[in-house]
Amino acid sequence: MHVLREDHDDRDESAAASAAPRKLGRAIVITSGKGGVGKTTTTANVGTALARRGARVALIDADVGLRNLDIVLGLESRVKYHVLDVLEEKATLDDALVTDKHSENLVLLAAAQSREKDEVDTEKMVALVRALQERFDYVLIDCPAGIELGFKNAVAGAQEAIVVCTPEVSSVRDVDRVVGLLGNAFKPQLIINRLRPQLVKKGKMLSVEDVNGILHLPLLGVIADEPEIIVTTNKGEPLALRTEGETAHAYHAIAARIAGDDVPAPTVEVKEESFFGKIGSIFGGRRA
Amino acid sequence: MAGRRIVITSGKGGVGKTTTTANLGAALAKRGERVILIDADIGLRNLDLVLGLEKRIVFDVVEVAEGRCQLRQALIKDKRFESLSILPAAQTRDKDAITESQFAAIVEQAAEQADFVLIDCPAGIEGGFRNAIAGAKEAIVVTTPEVSAIRDADRVVGKLGERAVPMRLIINRLRPEMVRTGDMLSVEDVCEILAVELLGIVPDDEEIIDTTNRGEPIVLNEAARLRAIYDKVARRMQGDIVPFTTFDAPGFFGRLFGALKAG
Amino acid sequence: MMEWVKRVFGAQNSSSTAKERLRLVLMTDHLALAPEIIENMKRDLVDVISRYVEVDREKVEVNFEREDRALAMLANIPIVSVNRPSPPPAPPTKPPEIKDEPPAVAKAAEAPPVRRRRRRKPPGATPVATPPKPAAANP
Repeated sequence: MHVLREDHDDRDESAAASAAPRKLGRAIVITSGKGGVGKTTTTANVGTALARRGARVALIDADVGLRNLDIVLGLESRVKYHVLDVLEEKATLDDALVTDKHSENLVLLAAAQSREKDEVDTEKMVALVRALQERFDYVLIDCPAGIELGFKNAVAGAQEAIVVCTPEVSSVRDVDRVVGLLGNAFKPQLIINRLRPQLVKKGKMLSVEDVNGILHLPLLGVIADEPEIIVTTNKGEPLALRTEGETAHAYHAIAARIAGDDVPAPTVEVKEESFFGKIGSIFGGRRA
Repeated sequence: MAGRRIVITSGKGGVGKTTTTANLGAALAKRGERVILIDADIGLRNLDLVLGLEKRIVFDVVEVAEGRCQLRQALIKDKRFESLSILPAAQTRDKDAITESQFAAIVEQAAEQADFVLIDCPAGIEGGFRNAIAGAKEAIVVTTPEVSAIRDADRVVGKLGERAVPMRLIINRLRPEMVRTGDMLSVEDVCEILAVELLGIVPDDEEIIDTTNRGEPIVLNEAARLRAIYDKVARRMQGDIVPFTTFDAPGFFGRLFGALKAG
Repeated sequence: MMEWVKRVFGAQNSSSTAKERLRLVLMTDHLALAPEIIENMKRDLVDVISRYVEVDREKVEVNFEREDRALAMLANIPIVSVNRPSPPPAPPTKPPEIKDEPPAVAKAAEAPPVRRRRRRKPPGATPVATPPKPAAANP
């Protein structure tokens, strides 16, 4: 049975590990508070985009009981074991890691579908993430909605955070809450998802400036609302696999920024009306 | 006679539970029913925001459960309607702050003074969900015609089925043009997969975003297309048999793929 | 235009793909949620097979295999022993009719007898219980 490695120096050279000592990979949690804003889609696409650049990427679905990262990647038929099987030593990590259909340097560790979030041992989860960091350049953790145990376990193993928000008041409010809970140690960066530039111009949707005027986070990317995303989820083929298209480019740019490349800042919509200037007052006292 | 106690749930977050709760509550209130809405999303409350009542919160559901105030003190009356009140969730607590039996007791108490108690359930199928369904006698399952949402809805349907809770389905954010081109699952597909009786079909509509931002339920806007749709759903909830609106698509694709429904 | 043609006549559109994938994933999800159903299925399966052969109940394994477009149950049921084939049932007690034995040629002109194709036994095979042969068609 696989023992989760906790001592970095004692690594044994298993078949999957490289021969030369590697730099510890980065563990990044993708979270939002509010459900349905695109955490899973973001995890799948950013992971795909990073893998396309040659990085070794592991994706962990931390949504125990309501897993969806597998289906978004089109890998649902290949999942044999899940995170809890590994944590409970019923399967090895290698048994459980599913290689992506399109990128061989991208793997998925699926969530359990028939278990509950309180069955995850936080310490073991931290050790698991660490074990993956020793083998992969990036470990992206798809966080469930909410701020309870599922969130806490997803965040526990990470050192960085990407917060995803749509330009809607409830979503912004929830990200604000989450950022307050995370604190500065995670260096949260923001992705604004499902922006509709036409609505922003009409003053019917918060602009990027409006949102970040409240949240004050480094902006990692802006993704426009894209009906094609629905098609890609239908097929299980993330949009970032494509080379053409605004959204694909946006994900590639996000991956580049994560990797530290010097990429121009995401386009900021210039709003014509400032109807939403007053919204800021709702969010007083944001560090809970 | 005590009012009906209905939880609005989905499993997946972001499919429109809160928007549905707010708008159905408003539609029922417009039709003369006494309605109380309860936000069960403790820690991430949003029902107040969607109705534009966030500045009037004094007490919340946790404080009622802890006996620090009466239910009537915590209820916020929406002045735009004859009889619509909301009981907000707590924002700085989490879902462990209230037990299932405490929540059920509050729902029961609310049902004594209303015709309809609608409970806005948080995402997920664990603690917050269990609290939200604790006092409910019926459920409305909300889903969008997307793979992850349907998978999660299926899970919720299973959980509700275990407790023998009668349920009905609302399909939210349908895009008829994408259904026509085969890029989105149809109403029939979704109903076949989930096998739950249909209560309403709400098409995707950008107007909703604006109304949520402003805190104005869309049913207040006479011209809004969705107003009529929520009104129909409210009528069905009152027991009327209301046919679903047919979108007769003009042109070749209309004839090829048949009429599409909404409403 | 080509997109339309491809959709109608060729490649499956994404909503059909989605529907099929959902159908399969929900089957798998439902099975994962109902271990007692799998146990019952296993037990019933073993009960039925045991009517014909003796099995090692402790070592029975039932697994579900997913491929891209199919879900199948695979059962591995170790067989411990196979009973000797039972003797064929006794022929009917009604005495045969006494009639003039028609010549073989004329007999061929009547309804042809039921033929039974004999399967050649592979060399070294253990005899397996076969269902008893039906009684001869003609007396």
